[in-house]
Amino acid sequence: MEYLKLIGILIVIVGFALKKDSILIIMCAAIVTALVGGLGIEGLLSTLGQSFVDNRSMAIFIIVMLVTGTLERNGLKQAAADLIRKVKGASAGLVIGLYGVMRMIFAAFNVSFGGVAGFVRPIIMPMATGAIEASGKEPNEDHVEELKGMASGMENITWFFGQVLFVGGSGALLVQSTLKPLGYEVELLDLAKVEIPIGIIALIVGIVYYYLKDKKLTKKYYGTEGGKK
Amino acid sequence: MAFFTDPSITIGTKLLEVIYIFMGLMAIYTGVKNLRDKENKSPVGTCVFWCALGIVIAFGRWIPAVGNGILIVIMVVPAILQKVKVGHVSAPTEKEVDTNYKKIGMKIFLPALMIGICAIVCALIPVIGALTGCGIGVILAAVILMIYSRDNKPVVFLNDSERLLSTVGPLSMLPMLLASLGAIFTAAGVGDVIAGIVGNVIPEGNVNVGIIVFALGMMLFTMIMGNAFAAITVMTVGIGAPFVLAYGADPVVIGMVALTCGYCGTLCTPMAANFNIVPVAMLDMKNRMGVIKNQVIPALILIVVQIVYMIMFK
Repeated sequence: MEYLKLIGILIVIVGFALKKDSILIIMCAAIVTALVGGLGIEGLLSTLGQSFVDNRSMAIFIIVMLVTGTLERNGLKQAAADLIRKVKGASAGLVIGLYGVMRMIFAAFNVSFGGVAGFVRPIIMPMATGAIEASGKEPNEDHVEELKGMASGMENITWFFGQVLFVGGSGALLVQSTLKPLGYEVELLDLAKVEIPIGIIALIVGIVYYYLKDKKLTKKYYGTEGGKK
Repeated sequence: MAFFTDPSITIGTKLLEVIYIFMGLMAIYTGVKNLRDKENKSPVGTCVFWCALGIVIAFGRWIPAVGNGILIVIMVVPAILQKVKVGHVSAPTEKEVDTNYKKIGMKIFLPALMIGICAIVCALIPVIGALTGCGIGVILAAVILMIYSRDNKPVVFLNDSERLLSTVGPLSMLPMLLASLGAIFTAAGVGDVIAGIVGNVIPEGNVNVGIIVFALGMMLFTMIMGNAFAAITVMTVGIGAPFVLAYGADPVVIGMVALTCGYCGTLCTPMAANFNIVPVAMLDMKNRMGVIKNQVIPALILIVVQIVYMIMFK
């Protein structure tokens, strides 16, 4: 029964889809696959141990944390907030776009400012609604709801496609160590390089799409004059 | 010791091993600190998790593979039983952060960007390598922070990193465990079985069809599982390797862009709750799908772009 070997994949898919404990799913899949695949307990332990040690590179985030927390303590988030607040006279859509540029550049250096809770909610959303007010309009509730979605979307897109540009990011490390047992050796720098055009396109797509969407919504909710000053 | 005196091993690899030892000690510090923390509801489980992890990271090179395997099983037990907890959190107060910011200002970006810069520079020097570069960057960043302010003593760095490690907890081990699962799949021959099945669907030798199936499969699997990291291990072993890479396509382009194809799936699924559902609550949005709705069109554009890119540069 060759097909029985696939049960591990089934466990992973169903387990994650049912939101079971991630580590439990992985261990179950590992044990079951090792047993039906004929590795046995010893084979399981040695493959697990060997691959974990080979993949210690993925734990590099631990040493990075040595400064992350202290950077935060010394005002990194405040500095980022002051940097983006230098933007004046932009429409709400443009504020989100500029935040995307800033977030992507810093993501490429593995620097985050606290995500939706830490940055979008306290800094970006007030800037976006402030931009509507500055153009002499009362922010429309539905418009603001859409802006929240757009800001979160920009946050996610730039983080996903920006972090793969960081040499030593966990995504590229996982790709590197997945390819290794299959017989393909790849360098982290090359993995980051192939993502540069994709990252730039992702950023442009995000900026243009949210800018146009905001423009359209501004027209819809406030008439034809637009959200700019 | 023989490892460090072996002249055939590059200085970068030796330095990296030193960094691993240091990282392992940081994990062990996290474990011991939590064991003695009265506010931690599960001091023993927390300590077992971090110490087992620390031993594998720091000394795994010198421990037999089976021994490391046993340590990892010991490590995951408290994680699965939900016995790895956060103890006392000594987060900086707003006042302290403001005072520090007034003193340092925009100069804070220099140490923040240091790690990435060092990683790139060292990646260009083959004997050192990107990861050792990260480590060097961390040291430089710490030195700069110490110059900026006398309050940044070594113990502050250590306790701040302990706070972050405890907060991310066992889930931070997900990528490493998934990579190990991928290795087990490969060792058990899972890839061959999938290749046999998919081989009936994909015409053999048609790399472009293989790329499209791989890319869309990544997106779809990520949507179902909510995690591109979980999808990439399964999909690379099952589809990427036998149907695309086996025909000579570039593993750098295909292997890496497949992951970001998965990210297009992440943008479209409520399964990725951290990114798509939690923000809805944090921003008091009315529509539960409000974030996803704003991400679907960019995700669809990007999946098409990436498929074209993979086909062009394979």
